[in-house]
Amino acid sequence: MSILRFDDVAYRYPSSREPALRGVSVDIAAGEFVVAAGLSASGKSTFLRAACGLVPHFHGGEFAGRVVTGGLDTREHGPAALSAVAGTLFQDPETQVVLSTVRGELALPLENRGHGAGAVARGVEETALALGIGDLLERSTHELSGGELQRVALGAALAGRPRLVLLDEPTSQLDPVAGDELVWLLRRLNEEWGTTIVLVEHRLERCLAAADRVLAFEGGRLVCDAPPRGFLQWAAERAPALATPGARLFARAGLRPPPSGVKEARATLRAHGLLAVQTPPAAEQAAPPLPRRGLLRRRVVGTPPALAFHGVWHERSGGRAVLRGVDLALAPGERVALMGRNGAGKSTLLRHANGLLQPTRGRVESAGRVGLLLQNPNDYFLADRVGDEVGAEALERAGLTALAGRHPRDLSGGERQRLALAIVCDGPQPPAALCLDEPTRGMDRAAKGDLAADLRTAAAAGSAVLIATHDPEFAALAAERVVLLADGRPIADGPVAELLSGGWYFATETARIVDGALLPEDGADMLRSRMTVEVRP
Amino acid sequence: MFHVRRASPLHAARAPVAAAYAAALVTAVLAFENPLVLGAIAIAIVAAAMLAGVGRMLLRAALFGVPFALVIALVNPLVADQGLTVLLRLGELGPLGRLDVTGEGLIFGAVLGLRALLVVLAGGALLGATVDADELLRGFRRISVRSALTAALAVRLVPVLGRDARRLADARRCRPGATPRPGAAERLQIVRAVTTGALDRALDVAATLEVRGYATPAAKGGRRHLREPWSRHDLAFAASATGLVVLACGARLLGVGGFDAYPLTVVATGPSEWLLAVAIVAVAILPFADRRGVLR
Repeated sequence: MSILRFDDVAYRYPSSREPALRGVSVDIAAGEFVVAAGLSASGKSTFLRAACGLVPHFHGGEFAGRVVTGGLDTREHGPAALSAVAGTLFQDPETQVVLSTVRGELALPLENRGHGAGAVARGVEETALALGIGDLLERSTHELSGGELQRVALGAALAGRPRLVLLDEPTSQLDPVAGDELVWLLRRLNEEWGTTIVLVEHRLERCLAAADRVLAFEGGRLVCDAPPRGFLQWAAERAPALATPGARLFARAGLRPPPSGVKEARATLRAHGLLAVQTPPAAEQAAPPLPRRGLLRRRVVGTPPALAFHGVWHERSGGRAVLRGVDLALAPGERVALMGRNGAGKSTLLRHANGLLQPTRGRVESAGRVGLLLQNPNDYFLADRVGDEVGAEALERAGLTALAGRHPRDLSGGERQRLALAIVCDGPQPPAALCLDEPTRGMDRAAKGDLAADLRTAAAAGSAVLIATHDPEFAALAAERVVLLADGRPIADGPVAELLSGGWYFATETARIVDGALLPEDGADMLRSRMTVEVRP
Repeated sequence: MFHVRRASPLHAARAPVAAAYAAALVTAVLAFENPLVLGAIAIAIVAAAMLAGVGRMLLRAALFGVPFALVIALVNPLVADQGLTVLLRLGELGPLGRLDVTGEGLIFGAVLGLRALLVVLAGGALLGATVDADELLRGFRRISVRSALTAALAVRLVPVLGRDARRLADARRCRPGATPRPGAAERLQIVRAVTTGALDRALDVAATLEVRGYATPAAKGGRRHLREPWSRHDLAFAASATGLVVLACGARLLGVGGFDAYPLTVVATGPSEWLLAVAIVAVAILPFADRRGVLR
């Protein structure tokens, strides 16, 4: 039985010349778990907005074709009516929460559907339990972090137990642990309740293993509609930027079929005898080395650090200590990824680097100016023209000279990030250190690659680079050292190859498939070396 | 000014009752010009805020309201020409005519400024900090869905735009050569950027309200409430609000708490005015005496 059907749908936003959807036809059956993939601006989000009725009712524009959601034609039923069938979650959690308390937020969709008080109370409790947000129920939504807000917004989308759930990058604000948990929660809802899931996601390696089917969009067209394995085979030939690290690893190693997840990949390797035999770890290797005071500073002994934190504490007045005696130093030109769970203190540490926050104890030293790129590049744009934001030279370095006359908000996501980076780096001298807070949020793989290249260039020019990120694939690409933060202090610090392999969550997909490798290229070399052929004379 | 639930009798009262209590204090402010009575109302508002645990928020609102009150206090003597006690002769000032600053004009300006400040404190700070806007809007939605939708959007946009402004200010500080505190021009740039983005943010919030089904016919009926019995705090604050309004209206009808600004300032400060002042403070703060069951 179909729960979502698109019949030759074309759509153009009122302010745009190019159509956002072109002749999209698809039929999604009840109980399917569907992932929508594509590069930025390929039409994925518009597809979701058409499914929930915001297109065309809310956005206006030119609409052709027919969308039927849960048996309701979206031309005749608006988003409010469709909300009884489809729960929707968009990207920005700040605008996804509309009431002042978490309990009220979860109760709203149930109340809107006319449920009685008992049903509302039960629905709120069940949703909170399912998402692990019971402790947030009495909190004010104004006090929540981005990750907490996202979980609450997801709870609001699920609270009415809709038959169809539409999600636009719900893991973008979550750490790897919470991101994986969310995907498996969706799978559980799908399997136990039969809820149909349509999930837009850039980090396909996170969700492909849970999916039944993948829709790939390109320029507003649906260009691939296949099971995960079929999609990966298509991506290998037609859209390499969409291929997961696991699929790229297999393609480079000449293995087939491409795996949709770690489990499938390891099973294939095991069947071919390509999985290294694991020996029980020696006692001294079993546990990660415990940090010793001064350990993190010794790395740059001999060279004056570009940026150093000396016993930095940040204790909130009347609240908890967010940072607990952080000792950390970065050498000039060093690229360091700062990882850890939501609330570990990553953003707070970066804010101390350039003086936005002052330590309550300890001190921060730098060899010069510290540039800080906060999470949302839009926050840096104060002028109406790109050319008025930075000098011509900086604009040229960022490769944005041709766009000088455009409004900054009209740029693509990757271009905005480059402009914001140019703004914080603008000046006669490059910054001594450059700090970036979750710079890859909402970016596709191609844009991430470009950003990693920009950061390597900045490091080559002498700037130390410190990146707070939840994305192990990006950390492996952009950094040479990883610092793992937990409960406000570094708990592990080491080369990227050491820290991002051998773990479950803070590890790249390649590392989870092939022990000892980090990126698909390294993993493929390792696998090829194991493919020995015994030649008998 | 955000509502944060605290363990206080006022927070424990249902939203319409808490709102009625704040509205009664505003009514009392608007009913009197007598400085003695206004002083009593000021004491009542400050005491209520302290007892509700929102004294700091009241202080913040006062820092915002005092400049406005001062402007009112200073402008009145310049525009009023009815007082007899001339303190300063400014002579003929073009189209404004002859300008004399009088003692009566100054006193009445101070009274008007104080009333404006008290309205901000009771009707803005105390109401905002102690009344759950969501609960209030829920009731309002049963009367008018569209108006409630607009109000909900506005209520949500305030913190969203506040966060936007803070982030923009932080991003400005990250620019090379930026000063820790923005100058007037930079503040203007930030305000402009926030205002420019406000429409986009409003659209995002409105889209969320749409997909949560805020405007569905079922929503108009609202939650079919279990008949929630009135708590001791609901009753106490409802009684207090009624008492304040009765005191204000009764005193006005009986001519208690009189005040003549012009031509000479006459302030009634007899026993009945003192009794009224004490009664207002007592009626306003009595409901706070009972702290049983303050957590909802």
